[in-house]
Amino acid sequence: MSKPRSIKLTVNGTAYEHTVEPRLLLADFLRNTLGLTGTHVGCEHGVCGACTVLVGGDSVRACLMFAVQADGCSIETVEGLGSIAQLNPLQEAFREHHALQCGFCTPGMLMTATDMIRKYPLATDDEIREGLSGNLCRCTGYEHIVQAIRAVVARNAGKVR
Amino acid sequence: MTEPAEIHTRPKIVGARIKRTEDPRLLTGLGGYVDDKQVPRLLHVAFRRSDHSHARIRAIDCAAARAAPGVVAVFTADDMQSLVKPLRATSRMAGYHATPILPLASGKVRYVGEPVVGVIAESRYLAEDALELIAIDFEPLPVVVDPEEAARPGAPLLHEEAGTNVLIAREFKRGDVDAAIEAAPVRVKGRFRMRRKTAVAIEPRAYLAEHEAGRDAITLHSATQIPGIVRDALAEALDMPGHRLRVVAPDVGGGFGGKGSLYPEEIFVCAAARALARPVKWTSDRMEDLAATSQAFDEIVDAELGLDKEGRALGLRADVIGDVGAYSIYPWTAGLEPVQVVSFLPGPYRIQHYRGRVRAVATSKAPTGPYRGVGRPISTFVMERLMDMAASRIGIDPREIRARNFVRPEEFPYKTGSGIVWDRSGFSECLTAACDKLGYDDLRAKQAKARAAGRWFGIGIASYAELTGIGSRISVAPGMPINTGTETATIRIDSTGAVTASFGIASHGQGLETTLAQVVAEHLGARIEDIRIVQGDSSAVAGSTGTYASRSAVLAGGAATLAAQAVSEKVLVVASHLLEAAAGDLIAGNGRISVAGTDRSVAFREVARAVYSEMGRLPPELRDELAATKTYDPVFGTTTSATHIATLEIDPQTYEVRIGRFVVAEDCGRLINPLIVDGQVHGGVAQGIGAALYEEVVYDDQGQIHTASLVDYVVPSAAEIPPMDVVHLETESPTTLGGFRGMGEGGTIGAPAAVANAIADALSPLGIEINELPITPERLFRLIGAAQAKV
Ligand code: FES
Ligand code: FES
Repeated sequence: MSKPRSIKLTVNGTAYEHTVEPRLLLADFLRNTLGLTGTHVGCEHGVCGACTVLVGGDSVRACLMFAVQADGCSIETVEGLGSIAQLNPLQEAFREHHALQCGFCTPGMLMTATDMIRKYPLATDDEIREGLSGNLCRCTGYEHIVQAIRAVVARNAGKVR
Repeated sequence: MTEPAEIHTRPKIVGARIKRTEDPRLLTGLGGYVDDKQVPRLLHVAFRRSDHSHARIRAIDCAAARAAPGVVAVFTADDMQSLVKPLRATSRMAGYHATPILPLASGKVRYVGEPVVGVIAESRYLAEDALELIAIDFEPLPVVVDPEEAARPGAPLLHEEAGTNVLIAREFKRGDVDAAIEAAPVRVKGRFRMRRKTAVAIEPRAYLAEHEAGRDAITLHSATQIPGIVRDALAEALDMPGHRLRVVAPDVGGGFGGKGSLYPEEIFVCAAARALARPVKWTSDRMEDLAATSQAFDEIVDAELGLDKEGRALGLRADVIGDVGAYSIYPWTAGLEPVQVVSFLPGPYRIQHYRGRVRAVATSKAPTGPYRGVGRPISTFVMERLMDMAASRIGIDPREIRARNFVRPEEFPYKTGSGIVWDRSGFSECLTAACDKLGYDDLRAKQAKARAAGRWFGIGIASYAELTGIGSRISVAPGMPINTGTETATIRIDSTGAVTASFGIASHGQGLETTLAQVVAEHLGARIEDIRIVQGDSSAVAGSTGTYASRSAVLAGGAATLAAQAVSEKVLVVASHLLEAAAGDLIAGNGRISVAGTDRSVAFREVARAVYSEMGRLPPELRDELAATKTYDPVFGTTTSATHIATLEIDPQTYEVRIGRFVVAEDCGRLINPLIVDGQVHGGVAQGIGAALYEEVVYDDQGQIHTASLVDYVVPSAAEIPPMDVVHLETESPTTLGGFRGMGEGGTIGAPAAVANAIADALSPLGIEINELPITPERLFRLIGAAQAKV
């Protein structure tokens, strides 16, 4: 074990400074050190996508990154999207289309979808499915998730026009 | 926001597409899963697990681990002996051998991944560090990997005291099947194999036990589907009364049966928390989950079907071997799945002569347990393959052979050769509806063209029936000492007018907080937002089991109906006094009771205040608590049926199977919430497609597991799962209260057979039969290669 190191980062706009062991996973740091338990851990080996967060605007698996690697970074997690009183449009679309059942994959799905929607046109459902292929959901069969994302994309397109 | 008009117009609450009440917390990261719980002084467990398939434990040296930084305690089976009594999944089935269930392996290990030593430390990181310091002296024993060899006399035994590896053998029969098949002009048969699967809920299992030293009480927070069963089992294992044990299943991240049994780790954290008087948590990592959560769907079926020249089935016989793994799982027993395979094999068809024999054989692999569909994905796969084989032999369409063999509407209730009774359900109607939705005839025409162009394009049909919402006369696995046939609801209106409805079931994604609130709202006249559903807590009702076997909507929905009606009567008596109107003239809805045809009304809140708070508003005899507890028992159960149709194409270069369309037509009775029903079907189908094409737990001939990561155990992603069309039929209201039928598992039952039939159909020019699932590109490559070599 090597010596604890001090890190500074922002999570959902709040600045944090902590001293952590170099081997502490970013997922564990968010969940246990900061108490942001919305980020879930489903495999700890980079396949399921439940731990997806955005680091500097790009989706990243928080189980494959150490907290010390996030030093100086700006992180977005599900807690930063919207609140119970005011769900954001993506969260609202997930609710509207019943795109979640047990909800365990949902934070990762929302973060991946946020990233996809910001960056890509997502013109076809196949593109949406391809973009989601790094996030496993065992409950929904994906159909409603695709519909929810499609609805947000359509809504945004309407706004732009 | 939900449209108030839509929710509040009675009686549309049941049947409405209401958005789920559980969603806002889950969408904002505010759900509370077991591992999210932050508890002061919490200790963490890591298990040293067996790396042998079958071995004697000669000695365990934990001295170095005990001295490691942060380690608080280390337990072996010997240390647990004085803390925990062994449990057994008992059953009255003749010739059944139960096996002991212990928190840690004692004397021997019987599968790779079995917990042997539990290390408890101040953090999970430190607990895992210490694992490496444990030295276990194993004496390898002969592995027991092949279930057919294991069933032979003289095979090495996993449980010496049983005297055999065959934990259960049963036979169901009717008529003279051998004579019927010998005399049949058309006979089709095969050896079918479904390979082992596992549930892979995205939330791994997690258990956190809190010990309250002052009264020696334990609260176990468990990612379980069956808090009631776990509480009762712990009472026995820890020798404690139920009121000092509470099992809470908070938000649970999927189960599918994998969280539907009692686990050694659950017992362990409770015993350790009690011994150390500190909270103790274990969260499974995915490797542990893949190696040590219950597995399923591992059967070999030799089956033969005899038919007349028109394709009407005359007799069916089958021999089934279930590879059940190392232990008979608690409480379901090793018979759960294999016995269901022979129970359901005759399917929705009229077959006079039947014999199904089954043996459940122990092997040195992870124990099997319930997994979505339990047995019926295999029985449906076999029966539906036989139907297609027969259709092609006779030269009729797969659709036609099913139509000729279904139990006809006038024949219900129909008793199958295995003794299962189907009540009226839309067998033929589902087939017709699925074909119509798909445009079956057009697709066959399209297929002819594709085939002429040399493409491997296939269409596969699967029809099945299942029993759901099973009552006390039929239990899920026979002879178990638990009651799976009833559910209880307590509904109480408190002094603020708020409604709390408590249940023993445990939602883990099914949205029962929403659907049960819909049922309560409808029968009580309360507003959905004023109703809180308490579930997943063993202390909510006196006795319960949990959520499994497509039972919760039917059983808890029935109990909710009865309890809401009883509370409503009490509310109306009070309201009638307050409004000075006859109870018969009152209507309850939208949180108020009003006098029909007038504008006089009173809110639930005022009724509650009159009863509990405002002295003198009511005569004393009317001041009765606004609460009722009711238990519902559907006695038998109800029949849910469906037809699935898949279309697909096989890539001739890569042998990748691309599913084009997937249609489900199902009769699940009255829908409580169509949105939720669709979601259940989609999810079930996705798991069925996984079972057909991708998912397989692989053990090698040394009993080592080769699929201990999600890279090797392939769960389908959005890119592999096709869009789906779901058609709901409601043929006739079943006898259950509310007219509900269970539907949580059906998707997984029909899909493997539909996909297998579609692949066989695509490859019919090569004469290939699909008798083994999953049909991976590698298996397809071999089959196609062998067929082409023959040509
Ligand atoms: S937990 Fe990070 S990808 Fe699964
Ligand atoms: S909603 Fe349960 S895993 Fe996706």
